[in-house]
Amino acid sequence: MMLTKRSFVVGALGGIALMGLPLETKAEGAGSGGTLVIGSTQVPRHFNGAVQSGIATALPSTQIFASPLRYDDNWNPQPYLAESWDVSKDGLTVTLKLVKNATFHDGKPVTSEDVAFSIMTIKANHPFKTMLAAVESVDTPDPHTAVIELAHPHPALLLAMSPALMPILPKHVYGDGQDVKSHPANLKPIGSGPYKLTEYKQGDYYTLEKFDKFFIPGRPKLDKIVVRLISDPNALMVSAERGDVHMVPYFTGVRDIERLEKAPNVVVTDKGFAGIGALNWLAFNTKKKPLDDVRVRQAIGYAANREFIVKKLMGGKALPSTGPIAPGSPLEEKNVDQYKFDIAKANKLLDEAGLKPDGAGVRTTLTIDYIPGNDEQQRNVAEYLRSALKRVGINLEVRAAPDFPTWAQRVANFDFDMTMDTVFNWGDPVIGVDRTYLSSNIRKGIIWSNTQQYANPKVDEILGQAAQESSPDKRKALYSEFQKIVVEDAPIFYINATPYHTSFAKGLGNLPTTVWGVASPLDELYWVTPPKN
Amino acid sequence: MALLTHLFGKLANAVALLLAVLVMNFCLIHLAPGDPVQVIAGEMGGASPEVIAALRAKYGLDHSLLEQMFTYLGKVAHGDFGYSYYFNQPVLGLILQRLPATLYLAAASLVVAVLIGTVLGVISARRPNGLLSHGVTVLALAGHAAPIFWTGLLLLLLFGSVWPILPVNGMTDVVNPKTGFAYAADVAKHLVLPSITLGLVFVAQYSRLARVNMIDVLSADYIRTARAKGLPERVVLVKHALRNTLIPIVTVVGLQFGNLFAGAVLVETVYSWPGMGRLVFDSILRRDYPTLMGVLFFSAVMVIAANILTDLVYRLIDPRIRAGAR
Repeated sequence: MMLTKRSFVVGALGGIALMGLPLETKAEGAGSGGTLVIGSTQVPRHFNGAVQSGIATALPSTQIFASPLRYDDNWNPQPYLAESWDVSKDGLTVTLKLVKNATFHDGKPVTSEDVAFSIMTIKANHPFKTMLAAVESVDTPDPHTAVIELAHPHPALLLAMSPALMPILPKHVYGDGQDVKSHPANLKPIGSGPYKLTEYKQGDYYTLEKFDKFFIPGRPKLDKIVVRLISDPNALMVSAERGDVHMVPYFTGVRDIERLEKAPNVVVTDKGFAGIGALNWLAFNTKKKPLDDVRVRQAIGYAANREFIVKKLMGGKALPSTGPIAPGSPLEEKNVDQYKFDIAKANKLLDEAGLKPDGAGVRTTLTIDYIPGNDEQQRNVAEYLRSALKRVGINLEVRAAPDFPTWAQRVANFDFDMTMDTVFNWGDPVIGVDRTYLSSNIRKGIIWSNTQQYANPKVDEILGQAAQESSPDKRKALYSEFQKIVVEDAPIFYINATPYHTSFAKGLGNLPTTVWGVASPLDELYWVTPPKN
Repeated sequence: MALLTHLFGKLANAVALLLAVLVMNFCLIHLAPGDPVQVIAGEMGGASPEVIAALRAKYGLDHSLLEQMFTYLGKVAHGDFGYSYYFNQPVLGLILQRLPATLYLAAASLVVAVLIGTVLGVISARRPNGLLSHGVTVLALAGHAAPIFWTGLLLLLLFGSVWPILPVNGMTDVVNPKTGFAYAADVAKHLVLPSITLGLVFVAQYSRLARVNMIDVLSADYIRTARAKGLPERVVLVKHALRNTLIPIVTVVGLQFGNLFAGAVLVETVYSWPGMGRLVFDSILRRDYPTLMGVLFFSAVMVIAANILTDLVYRLIDPRIRAGAR
């Protein structure tokens, strides 16, 4: 069951690496033990992924807390705390059968009570409101059975049971009436996952130690994971090259990627990010003139050379993206208008929209914002667009923001013409895509809502249907229609999938390549050849 | 008695100054665009209006700024520095966790700056117009003019990558934690690069100061007397001249404290040193007002304390000041 293609292949490679060693070593369960040092610039607010999304918390939370299901590298659900699951014919009931031997780090057993408590807590507190909105109640007929009752069929639920989205919290800790969002246990978490948090030195590092009563026998393989919080990206790269840190998750810089690819003792992979589905895009304020005219937005799409951005600005490390669903998702529709670079077409559309060039050849002047801090994905593209759009008579003023809060305030309050942005799909459209396009999610003051103020009743209708469609084929058809309409309406010009990469020290086996990558338990990861320190 | 009166006056001044610092901090921080709730919502991947409103109410951000300020001042008067929006912890605890690291860094940097600076100053004072003297001046000025983060990155690449002999991040070895004496040695090893980076900035000032004073002292009558007695040059320099050169340096050390904290923000970020400087950086980016105000307040307390202390030490060392100040 657990012998997926991936673990088989990696296992075989591990075997090759071990061939030089005497046989006894292999028999001893080679590669168990040892410490893994992870370097990350992401400072977690706390460790409870039930009330906090984002990769800074997901990385530790998925080690500390187990979830009902986990996923392989092909989007297939795998048993985790739930050894089996069953969706009723009408799609209104999902029954989970829990494993019997799972305990929390404090020794108390994991029961269906905890599952019910966690699901309702996440529904009430997690920022992704649509994720569990359909859940009405969770019944617990016996300690190892949880029955989730839904208001309507909710196919996204299975993916929502992933480690990054549905950590199972101990009811006996969190059920004490305190606000879960600021519960003291969020900094001293007790879960049932493969590792327990043993030390948190604020601003420096946190330590996860192997939970020896973890319910999957023989796991986790590592004794200890230390996550070092390194604020400077250069220092992080140097540390990875030196081998001070054995793993760097979630980096995107082309030079960083190339640098670590060249480092002799490092393996770099872009696998493990399909679930997060991070897109880098140009968003329009569709309520502002002249961007309220779809032809102007389309023209900008034709005038911007996506090929150039991806190949040259991003050194070919990023995949182009042409629609709202990230490449790598089985729901991505490739057959949409790609906005292939075409200056003549752009000019024609602008003419039709009535934006005539003045004496100096200028049709209009617009501003473009970008998220500070990730120049290659954001600022450089904005700068490029300035020169690219000049060729079709659009004067673009690049408006820098000194830091994230400044940018977020502008965009959330619709105080922008165009902005670069990075938004995550989070696996299922219901969880991470709908928010950008549903007209009901135009909410001033809230970043990463429908800040484009895009409203199309047809899109609202399709998304509503697709969210409840149990048949995978029909669902796929609905989403493909949705993608075609949105690309045509062009509230957003899609540029690329954010080229997230993870580096690993050579000598590690079973690298995490599932759709959730390192935002899922690292219980299989092990040292084939441990580092010398 | 006079000293006590003087000290009392200084303390009264300090309290007034700190109050001003608190008010100023509050105003400056709230002048910056951006909203902490927005940041928290952003990091959560978006939030509903209800969540946003609840967060605002929870942190008292729904009150007017004036109200917020008086609430804050009242709390600080009771030793309560509030609760960090971002780190979900009481600010005082956060700061106390981070304070030692910054103090180590500041102390080590001062030692680096004073030692290297004084030695360079003394060397160049011996032949003020010689090639060596000019070389030292240029080097020291270059160290002073180079941006801290640039020096930091340079040293980081040099000793972290090209010639990897020193640790480049954090304060301790997290894989094999040490205890006792080995722990101290471990921290010291991690401290080398950050303290040199921060110390280099101030080397120029100390070397200039030492140089000028040394030249001054070397032309004094008692030096001529010492030389006339036939004392070896080394003894003249170290025993007679250097001592008198050190007095103004001690004063400047006290005044330097504020600058050290400013520099620490950058150095701690480059080397992931878990001190208050990095906390400032993190809290600015997150508009974590209580943490930011807390750190700034504590920095102000320390700068003021250092100044009072220097003033006292100076009065003790040099009787002329005591007479003049009255």
